[in-house]
Amino acid sequence: MSGANIQIQHLNKTFGTGADQVQALGDINLDIRAGEIFGIIGLSGAGKSTLVRCMNLLERPTSGRVIVDGQEMTSLSNRELRKARQSITMIFQSFNLLMQRTALENVCFPLELAGIGRGQAREKARGLLKMVGLGEREGAYPSQLSGGQKQRVAIARALATDPKVLLCDEATSALDPSTTQSILELLRELNQTLGVTMVVITHQMNVIEAICHRVAILDGGVVAEEGNVADIFANPRSAIGRQFVYPDGVKLDQLAASKVIRVVFNGGSSYEPLIASLAMDCRVKVNILGADTRNIDGKAFGSMLLGLPENRQEADKALQYLRAQPDITIEEVPHYA
Amino acid sequence: MLESLAAFWGQYGSLLIEGTGDTLIMTSLSTIFAYVLGVPIGVLLVISQPHGIRPNRGIANVLGWIVNIGRSIPFIILMILLLEFTKLIMGTKLGIRGATLPLVISAAPFVARMVETSLSEVDAGVIEAAQSMGASTWQIIQKVYLPEAKPSLILGGSISTITILAYTAMAGAIGAGGLGDLAIRYGYVRNIPSMTWATVILIIILVQIIQSVFSLLAKTTDKRLR
Repeated sequence: MSGANIQIQHLNKTFGTGADQVQALGDINLDIRAGEIFGIIGLSGAGKSTLVRCMNLLERPTSGRVIVDGQEMTSLSNRELRKARQSITMIFQSFNLLMQRTALENVCFPLELAGIGRGQAREKARGLLKMVGLGEREGAYPSQLSGGQKQRVAIARALATDPKVLLCDEATSALDPSTTQSILELLRELNQTLGVTMVVITHQMNVIEAICHRVAILDGGVVAEEGNVADIFANPRSAIGRQFVYPDGVKLDQLAASKVIRVVFNGGSSYEPLIASLAMDCRVKVNILGADTRNIDGKAFGSMLLGLPENRQEADKALQYLRAQPDITIEEVPHYA
Repeated sequence: MLESLAAFWGQYGSLLIEGTGDTLIMTSLSTIFAYVLGVPIGVLLVISQPHGIRPNRGIANVLGWIVNIGRSIPFIILMILLLEFTKLIMGTKLGIRGATLPLVISAAPFVARMVETSLSEVDAGVIEAAQSMGASTWQIIQKVYLPEAKPSLILGGSISTITILAYTAMAGAIGAGGLGDLAIRYGYVRNIPSMTWATVILIIILVQIIQSVFSLLAKTTDKRLR
């Protein structure tokens, strides 16, 4: 099993006709690479659920192309589309398990649809349940499982037909924070071991931060910005991007020092050692006026505002020291306070 | 009291047993055939809706219209309306044979609506999940709609069966046999009130039994309640 790439070209989707017409998606262009975890983040109503449904044609695009693994989806016949959907599977916010079937029978379901024999299907389903950590609960009905367990069954079910793409539509939005983390870990693990391409729809930046390689920010049906998760965190360019990266705004409300600089972390070591070594190596004490940094894969991203000491000599010394550090950029903040 | 009860049973017991049997046969035959017609109509009503899995405005409108007409005609009038047709198809207007056809025609639209309601209760997300896995329309009907709605369909079955049981009593008015027929011929025409009461008591017992059996069945098959 390995991943497939997804190309979306000039995709438009409108709902309704005439005066009631609403444009849900406008000229979307995305190039999702094989094997990556691609995040699509947006506020509710931004069109992200519609966009992900255009990838398996649960929603038919009004215009534009959706090419999965080199295959133009909109040109497929109904029968070909049903076949194609076996390799582009999906998990949902509300799990959508069959309530009258056990966990094992739920995982067998897509195999039954594909015409695979009962014995073979059950054997495969057992293996998948084991893989998602539910080997012991194969006989349980969904009503007997917790939210996290239900999503694990849904993930096993989505993987049953050896898909090349897994679409995750707000898959952790109904779960509590610790269950969310464990499901995200499972998804990342599956992405690494199976190589399956994942498209993760969410309204939570911490989901993007936790597992995505690249991200597109959707706002009002258009892509506001896209790029590597690290770049977007370091330097969000769009208004909606800044809103996601700094939900509480950058704090500028502390007392000013003589000179204020902004240190931007681009993925080096985390910020505590930097400030500590500045104090130890240069014997310069700086004032942290504000910081919004995040730790992604053990690397520091974000920015920090530092107030340099009144003493000009000390301030220059600190500046020189900071400029010499890798993976950070320094800029002066001229009119602080 | 006991003596008069024994005397009553001695005189009418075999009639009442035979009537109960006829009522049960008419009810079960009509219910079965009403479902044979009603389930496909109910399924079509659900899937042809604008947001169904096979939207088709034409089918949805025409079927809805036919079902509504069927539901509007009171059974007792429909039965009279169909007398000649019944004779043509079944060979007689009388007895169980004569009553079953109008019973089925009258109950099928009712059953279709019951089935439609049950299937509509199936979570739209589950249907979408099946579609996302490449399920065909037929697979969704057979493997999602019907099994997921099973407990609700069974409960609907008790309502349909009891409604049809009530219809069979009316069919007694035109010589269908069964408990309704006894109530009319003995209780009303010959003015034997104890006969009317006997049929009422027997029908109450039948309804209680039918309801309990269906409820138990629905409860034991529903995996959501565990």
